[in-house]
Amino acid sequence: MSAGLPVEMETLFGDYPLDQAFDEMRERGGELRPHYKALAETLARLPEDELQRRKQSADLSFLTQGITFTVYGRDEGTERIFPYDLLPRLITAAEWDRIERGLTQRITALNMFLRDVYSDAKILNDRVIPRELVYSCKHYRRQMRGLQVPRNVYIAVVGSDLLRLNTGEYVVLEDNLRVPSGVSYMLTNRRVMKRTFPQLFHSYGVRPIEHYPQLLLATLRSLAPEGRPEPNIVLLTPGVFNSAYFEHTYLARQMGIDLVEGRDLVTHDNIVYMRTTDGLKRVDVIYRRVDDDFSDPLIFRGDSILGCGGLFNAYRAGNVTVTNAFGTGLADDKAVYAYVPDMIRYYLSEDAILPNVKTFLLGEEKHRKHVLANLDKLVVKAVGESGGYGMLIGPQSTARQREEFARQIEANPRNYIAQPTLDFSRAPCLIGNHLEPRHVDLRPYVLFGDKVNIVPGGLTRVALEKGSLVVNSSQGGGSKDTWVLEQ
Amino acid sequence: MLSRVADSLYWMSRYLERAENTVRQLDVTMSLMLDTSDTSAAKRWQRMMASLGKPPGMEWNDDLDAMARMLVFDTLNHAAVTFCVNGARENARQVREEISSEQWARLNRLYHQMHSPHAQSQFRVNINDALASVVDGIHLFKGVSDTTMIHGQGWQFIRLGRYLERAYATATLLEVYQPDLFQPNEQDHSGYQYLELVGLLRCCTSFEAYCQVYTADISSDRILEFLLLNRDFPHAIRYTVDGMRDAIDSIQRSGGRRPPDELVAVIGRLQAMLGYTTIQEILAGDVGKFLHSIREQCMRIHELIYRYYVHYSIQSALAT
Repeated sequence: MSAGLPVEMETLFGDYPLDQAFDEMRERGGELRPHYKALAETLARLPEDELQRRKQSADLSFLTQGITFTVYGRDEGTERIFPYDLLPRLITAAEWDRIERGLTQRITALNMFLRDVYSDAKILNDRVIPRELVYSCKHYRRQMRGLQVPRNVYIAVVGSDLLRLNTGEYVVLEDNLRVPSGVSYMLTNRRVMKRTFPQLFHSYGVRPIEHYPQLLLATLRSLAPEGRPEPNIVLLTPGVFNSAYFEHTYLARQMGIDLVEGRDLVTHDNIVYMRTTDGLKRVDVIYRRVDDDFSDPLIFRGDSILGCGGLFNAYRAGNVTVTNAFGTGLADDKAVYAYVPDMIRYYLSEDAILPNVKTFLLGEEKHRKHVLANLDKLVVKAVGESGGYGMLIGPQSTARQREEFARQIEANPRNYIAQPTLDFSRAPCLIGNHLEPRHVDLRPYVLFGDKVNIVPGGLTRVALEKGSLVVNSSQGGGSKDTWVLEQ
Repeated sequence: MLSRVADSLYWMSRYLERAENTVRQLDVTMSLMLDTSDTSAAKRWQRMMASLGKPPGMEWNDDLDAMARMLVFDTLNHAAVTFCVNGARENARQVREEISSEQWARLNRLYHQMHSPHAQSQFRVNINDALASVVDGIHLFKGVSDTTMIHGQGWQFIRLGRYLERAYATATLLEVYQPDLFQPNEQDHSGYQYLELVGLLRCCTSFEAYCQVYTADISSDRILEFLLLNRDFPHAIRYTVDGMRDAIDSIQRSGGRRPPDELVAVIGRLQAMLGYTTIQEILAGDVGKFLHSIREQCMRIHELIYRYYVHYSIQSALAT
């Protein structure tokens, strides 16, 4: 309980359980980790109710700024403020250094993999990755075969999810290579935190992240088609009903670029234009926040009205850059994920700095048997899903759910993978008037244009419900500001 | 600027102007109902509904409080305040990147005010205060818009929407009141006529401005002259038409595209109609018809703006 803590912190910590999981703030014996000491002392010194008061003023700030997300599948109150926790998650300079090197290595390899698969497919010919695994992936786009993309960059914007195991080691849970979201929450969290704990922020020496929009803009500009020195860059959104619409408007405003919807775009002679009050204006770079399927009804899903007919042909002709490229979902398929360490070895002749989570591919019979026998201990995920949908958490599931998943696995084994249920790290959160630990992950945002850029930190997502392991905002998760320390 | 964005800003502005108009008319009508004149509550209500464009489902049923609440809080009725505030916010939400954070925060606050669980009870306690706070919210939004937004095309489309909506609403208001108030040889010294005329002025927040120009000597002819032909008062129709012309010119200056001849012609004709005439000439003719023609021309201007800036054909755009 409060073992190892100074007396004045007892109320603050109350009944703060420590067990097998790595606690970001406290050692196994209960003592505070050195870099969390100043935070705990500041909190303990605050008068009672002061934390609540700050929390309320931060809440209000989120609401009036309209920092909200949309929840699918409900008619009422579809707009909600993004739940967040008032206490920052701290990462030391040494930890961050490793994360940064690990992600840079990983993203470089993933990009080389995409380029390879969509051109010579050497890695498949050398049998490092099974051919059928790649070609059976539902995000593989044959239209991308042999297509030259600017600077050979397929994935300009990436958000990889990291977890911290009970050894304290960071591992990669998944890579989001299609349209990763959440970066606006990272930025607004920071703004609110600077107002909520100004002195604390100052005394900690936190590395800045506020320049992310500028870096993103520079990345997009570096990918413009040749011969367009003043490129017209736009952000393509599915529209106001998309769950990340707030983020789209936020980024467009911060970058000073137009936020377009499919209906704003027209193509003529393989050139993309947008409809403006001054007539048609040529578009050079599209930061795409619309899935492949909905981007061009002539090439992908014909029933989509979100994209722009003719976009893909203009892209193929090299008249417009679309980023991330089409077909990048191939490399964040959860079965292909299992081979990322092999990719790193194959392309870079290095060992992965950030390891993977052990993954069973259910397409392989040996794995499948083991998984089906141990469904109650494992987490099963559909390979092409994101946002915490299509997932079975064994230890928290009912027998009926397990039966249902077993049936689905038998019917389509390629569509599922299984991983051990991870007891990943927990960080202190403000629950009521005291601190309680909750599970957290970390999603740093990687930009890849003329070089790899990672702003220090990212979005720490929190499973706000006690004991919950699901951090997705669509499933009751929240977020925390992430402070990467200078020292 | 993106056509869709211009369209959203234009409608955001029109909806807010409409909300303000409804609030003011409701406020004036309710205060006129306090006096025991010959004009019945039912008639007043119907007259107000006519000037709000005859929204359906709002027939008088002798329960003023309930009717007023409906006119404020209904979310489906096109004249209702909440409907308009929702519409304005929804349009703003779709162009969140174009408007300033201050504008968005202001509009969001107004929206939450209309939807707060206390809104209806506040309304029951003191309806005048509640209406005044809505108008305050709208005024603050307009002020913030003028001071925090670049006065570029987007801002001009906001002005365009505001003036068009206002010109149309004022013309409708005058057209509806006209049979009662602008008949020649009025002989009524009971004081009720005075209240009616002041009410009409207050519907356009123009009582004080009127007094500055004409003193408190209130007559229907002068009211008509003031609200139609004054070039300096922002709620006079002539002022709003001049404003539309100015906005269109500014849009051209910032974008370099010439507005179509037809749009320039329609606005120019309306400017001439109001600029080169006297109230005597108008009164000598058919006042109702005159007002009606203003409304029709406003609708025509709206159509042309839409066809030229927002929903043009690709062929025509590629040809230029």
